[in-house]
Amino acid sequence: MSSNKQRPSILDKSLSRGKSEVSMTAYALLFSEMVQYSHNRVQSVSDLHNKLSELGERVGVRMVELLFVRERNYKRETKLLNVLLFVKGTLWKSLFNKEADKLDRATDDERTFYLIEKEALVNRFISVPRDKSSINCAAFMAGVIQAVLNCTGFPAKVTALWHKGTTFMIKFDDAVLIRDKQLEGR
Amino acid sequence: MSRQSMRANDPKKVSGELFTLTYGSLVAQLLKDYENVDDVNRQLERMGYNIGMRLIEDFLARANPGRCYDLRDTADKIQQAFKLYLGVSPSIGSWSPGGDEFSVVMETNPMAEFVELPEHCLGLRYSNILSGVIRGACEMVQLEVMAWFIADQLKGDNMTEIRVKFVKRLEDAIPAGED
Repeated sequence: MSSNKQRPSILDKSLSRGKSEVSMTAYALLFSEMVQYSHNRVQSVSDLHNKLSELGERVGVRMVELLFVRERNYKRETKLLNVLLFVKGTLWKSLFNKEADKLDRATDDERTFYLIEKEALVNRFISVPRDKSSINCAAFMAGVIQAVLNCTGFPAKVTALWHKGTTFMIKFDDAVLIRDKQLEGR
Repeated sequence: MSRQSMRANDPKKVSGELFTLTYGSLVAQLLKDYENVDDVNRQLERMGYNIGMRLIEDFLARANPGRCYDLRDTADKIQQAFKLYLGVSPSIGSWSPGGDEFSVVMETNPMAEFVELPEHCLGLRYSNILSGVIRGACEMVQLEVMAWFIADQLKGDNMTEIRVKFVKRLEDAIPAGED
């Protein structure tokens, strides 16, 4: 393969319309290889989570760009609640063809939200070893969410927990809450 | 939203974009972890091989493809599997005179949507996981093949082409220690 051919620029191609589909089996096996690869390169469960989260972040960054151009007509979100609904609705629908099951706010901490997905797609074919029951491969999806929130200007830390299926705990930076209060009523 | 609701709600399917971006993230991670692209190519092939070994079982169960009597049968099944798992229909062609080598040609490569190869990655065989899948799947049905990319749209070729070569038929071997 020679390298002096004219390579196509990605900007010359028309944007994907998001209708293509692949089989669930193909995705499950790919994801499984990814988890095994990551698992071989880490020492602890939390390192594995970080590694999977990093893989998810690259997906999240690209989804933001894609969705705001294609689905939102370049209009960004400025309110905290709206960006969460964007994650629960638009993002989830494009990735998983359904809305996330539930969005909750922590009662004791206004910075914390919970996004609940009973049966996370990436966990469907994974059986967690008994001695490492805290492993949750949805850390990958936590990475996706985290990148989406960071890219839209709502920096947060997102972790995946085993609770009511999978719960994504979203903890926003203080600055996000302060700004959101200032915007209130506008 | 309307565009998304047009997608058939088939629980056995997932979004092609999720698949593509996930694969892209994996390739990016490998490029970060390994020193050179040759190692990345090799690692991708190995992952594909692992996938192929498991995928063939699903294929046999789902598509009920029956026995292959020659390599042309095998080529048809590979074509069928691309359709089933990746939703694309490659064409099969460029048979060698001896009939032991053929090409799988894709007009669009579902692995490579959103992808652009930077200058320093021109040695990367981005979709190399596919050649591994073909090799792994065939090996599980007693067929040793070689599979490699000879053309790639990411490198400016008109289409993406995987060459598959028959090596030999594997005999059932009894595992060591069991007679």
